[in-house]
Amino acid sequence: MSSDTLEISGSFRKRLLDSPVYYSFVRNPTAMASAAVLASFILSSALAPWLAPFDPWDQTQFDIMDSEIPPAGSDGADGRFLLGTDAMGRDMLSTILYGTGISIVIGVFATILQAAIGVTVGLAAGYFGGRLDSFLMRIADIQLSFTTLMVAIIILAVFQTTVGPRFHEDFAVMIIILVIGVAEWPQYARTVRACVLGEKKKEYVDAARVIGLGPTRILYRHILPNTFSPLLVISTVQVANAIITEAALSFLGLGMPVTKPSLGALIRNGFEFIFSGAWWITAFPAVVLVVLILSINLLGDWLRDVLNPRLYEK
Amino acid sequence: MNSTPGQESESLVSVRNLYRYFNVSGGWLDQISISKGKMVRKVEMVKALNGINLEIEKGEALCLVGESGCGKTTVGRTVMGLLSPTRGSVHYRESRIDTLDRKGMLPFRRKMQMIFQNHHASLNPRKTVAKTLLEPIRFHQPELSLPEQRDKVASIMESVGVDAGWGARFPHEFSGGQRQRISIARALIVDPEFIVADEPISALDVSIQAQVLNLLMEAREERGLTYLFVTHDLSVVEHFGSRVAVMYLGRVCEVGQVGEVFSEPRHPYTQALLSAIPKVGGEKRRHVKLKGEVPTPIDLPSGCIFHSRCPHAREICSKEAPELVSAGEWTDVACHGVRENWF
Amino acid sequence: MALLSIRNLEVVFPLRTGTIPAIQDVSYDLEEGERIGIVGESGAGKSVSAFAILNLVSQPGYLSSGSIVFEGQEISNADDETMRRIRGNKISMIFQDPMMTLNPVLTISTQMEETLLAHTRMTREAARSIAIEKLRAVQIPSPEKRLEQYPHELSGGMRQRIVIAISLLTDPRIIIADEPTTALDVTIQAEILELLLALCNDYRMGLILITHDLGVVSQISQRILVMYAGRIIEQGNTREVIASPAHPYTRGLVGALPEMTRPGRRLNQIPGTMPSLQSIPTGCPFHDRCSHVTDLCRSHRPDLVSGSRRAVACHHPLTG
Repeated sequence: MSSDTLEISGSFRKRLLDSPVYYSFVRNPTAMASAAVLASFILSSALAPWLAPFDPWDQTQFDIMDSEIPPAGSDGADGRFLLGTDAMGRDMLSTILYGTGISIVIGVFATILQAAIGVTVGLAAGYFGGRLDSFLMRIADIQLSFTTLMVAIIILAVFQTTVGPRFHEDFAVMIIILVIGVAEWPQYARTVRACVLGEKKKEYVDAARVIGLGPTRILYRHILPNTFSPLLVISTVQVANAIITEAALSFLGLGMPVTKPSLGALIRNGFEFIFSGAWWITAFPAVVLVVLILSINLLGDWLRDVLNPRLYEK
Repeated sequence: MNSTPGQESESLVSVRNLYRYFNVSGGWLDQISISKGKMVRKVEMVKALNGINLEIEKGEALCLVGESGCGKTTVGRTVMGLLSPTRGSVHYRESRIDTLDRKGMLPFRRKMQMIFQNHHASLNPRKTVAKTLLEPIRFHQPELSLPEQRDKVASIMESVGVDAGWGARFPHEFSGGQRQRISIARALIVDPEFIVADEPISALDVSIQAQVLNLLMEAREERGLTYLFVTHDLSVVEHFGSRVAVMYLGRVCEVGQVGEVFSEPRHPYTQALLSAIPKVGGEKRRHVKLKGEVPTPIDLPSGCIFHSRCPHAREICSKEAPELVSAGEWTDVACHGVRENWF
Repeated sequence: MALLSIRNLEVVFPLRTGTIPAIQDVSYDLEEGERIGIVGESGAGKSVSAFAILNLVSQPGYLSSGSIVFEGQEISNADDETMRRIRGNKISMIFQDPMMTLNPVLTISTQMEETLLAHTRMTREAARSIAIEKLRAVQIPSPEKRLEQYPHELSGGMRQRIVIAISLLTDPRIIIADEPTTALDVTIQAEILELLLALCNDYRMGLILITHDLGVVSQISQRILVMYAGRIIEQGNTREVIASPAHPYTRGLVGALPEMTRPGRRLNQIPGTMPSLQSIPTGCPFHDRCSHVTDLCRSHRPDLVSGSRRAVACHHPLTG
């Protein structure tokens, strides 16, 4: 025998095609449809600068004279504006494409921030246990007892009044990510801690200790990879939640500014005109938001069913 | 302490007066209760080990038997340093190892390895078996080149009967017996002298048990291994062990050479245990019945821990705990009745 | 006329790789008061072949063909109502884990009385006195006190006794016991086995014992069925089969026991593992692990050929 017979890791492609996740995905129309919708949203918003007929962030490109033009097919429609325009004369289609991008970016990065804080805290609490565990989990409890909205309202209100609206426009995305990220990390911390408590009792962890490996290595190389499935599942929920939270904040006027609107900001923007007949300013972004959240959640539901360890083991 | 016949005894591992308690009263807040209008803090301890003495000699297979909850696994885990003793000490040759920190333990980690019971959980499900087997060599012998490390993994896989071409597979792609072989390979790959095997075959099917037991016996002959073999299966003990220690409620009640203990069990508990084995084919043994159930290890009985169930118990048994004293040629027994020949 | 007569039972599981048979061609009889043991390794189909009697095959498996005649009545296609009357009434089950049967949030008395009231019309007082009688039958000390306890207050051995008492409540004709002592310690196992044996004799109940432990079968069952890869490969009187197995697999199983070999010697081992049900080889399912294999074994599957009381599915059965 020689070392060439020994393969250390197989091809990723083969593993993916053999996996129950792939198997279930190609047989689940809901999952495939959700993934397709989600992918098209991500793709179109990423390609917005090329796809969109106008640049909604450039105030010189729109004219107040074009304001409140209804979408194509209605009376008074204008061929240039497929989905009509808003009160400032911005093309709705372009604005929605850009806005979806902002919403997704905020959702994803806020979730990454939550995960970074939550996973570290959860790993430490679960593995070392004892007082550190009690301390970290009490902090998480305190954090959870302030609702996300409350934290966000306080921080954003203080921020907007202290730095002024100009500055706020430039940093709005980062601030919102920070707020949502900090407010919701306990979800991750709790999930990871519960997983670690389950995993650390398993014998492969003892085997790693018997080899002599140190705690950091055991935590990151052995335990963490085994918590990925539940993390993936809650991540889908958290991305959806972060997008909704952002929309809610924007709707309350605490999120994205009107000049760089996210979906939530667009809905708020059009809300004032809904009774004057300009329903499309609110309706289109609202539909996009709902479909986006729905596709993420449906995908998350499917993932939870597939990765459910009890079903998975069989 | 008695030794295997015809052999100069040399202790490889010794366990001295080992106690291990587990706190089962939960967190600090859970311990506080109110009784008679006063706040009291009550700490409840499960007394898993209560003064265990064992000498494991080089080259022998010492089997620890007993029923669930007797503390046999706790002994194995304490010897391996996975648990620290509440009192008492663990020695490897001349060195005391239970007080060492992780770095101090490292030289002993290569000499002492462990095999686990649950083949579903003892391999990391997210690592290929080749990665699992490479990890101990990379850690303990970083001086080896990658081809040397791979050679070693390939040869250890072949020696436990797993095709080295399957290195890139994940544990769930193997059968239970093969997973247990891989666990054994992981223990053997650092060339240890001493192995704690914690119920290594009890989760396997009968025909696979024989394969794994043969593998463990071959490894013992070829590598001169010493085993601490933890099991509840007495027929395996009779076949595999050179000496056996019978445990009950965290104490050793009888320890001796396997042949002698099985042909002439002296401690009443050993007698009951041996009579309960379901015999294949042959006549039924007369089943020695015990009274009642195993007492809780939170409140241990006074005196001899077995007295509440012992058919021969007398007054002294509930007052004085018997020590392990020589009873047969190669056997020590902890029983007042055996020492004073009541039965 | 046998109490229970099973013919050519087949249970299949539709899986993602196609439909696989969990058991095939399983046929056996159980006379009144007879005790049989079904042995085999995990996945051999021993549990499925007993659960199928009560239509309790776990989803998505189902009974695809075969007949089950109980007390002269065909029950393989019986409706839910008929099955409910038989299940837990005329045929009861004991599982490996007592907590499969016991509900952790109800007292023992509630659980025992509910079982009785579900199957027979009687007053609660009458039910209670039957419960106490059955607890006495399984040798539980102070049954009146136990009735008021919850399952978690009892030890494992005591819980299994309660489960046996519950299975006795309706005076069943047959008890199906799936690894009833596997989770217990040897001393408690010995007590439970003795109890089961005594109960079967006293009440003239049939017993179908499913186990992987040849020692347990030897102690309890008069007849043994050995299963391999979903089929019965040998059956006969327990003593005879264990003393002189005719199928190489049975011989391998018996020979693999440590007590059958001199201490310290290499155990007689069967090479390889039982094939998974998706990949049963052609011909004899055991041929690739068998030391007596011939071309015939590779191409043709041997049928279970029955002698007077002994049957074996092998082209080259062992003798002596």
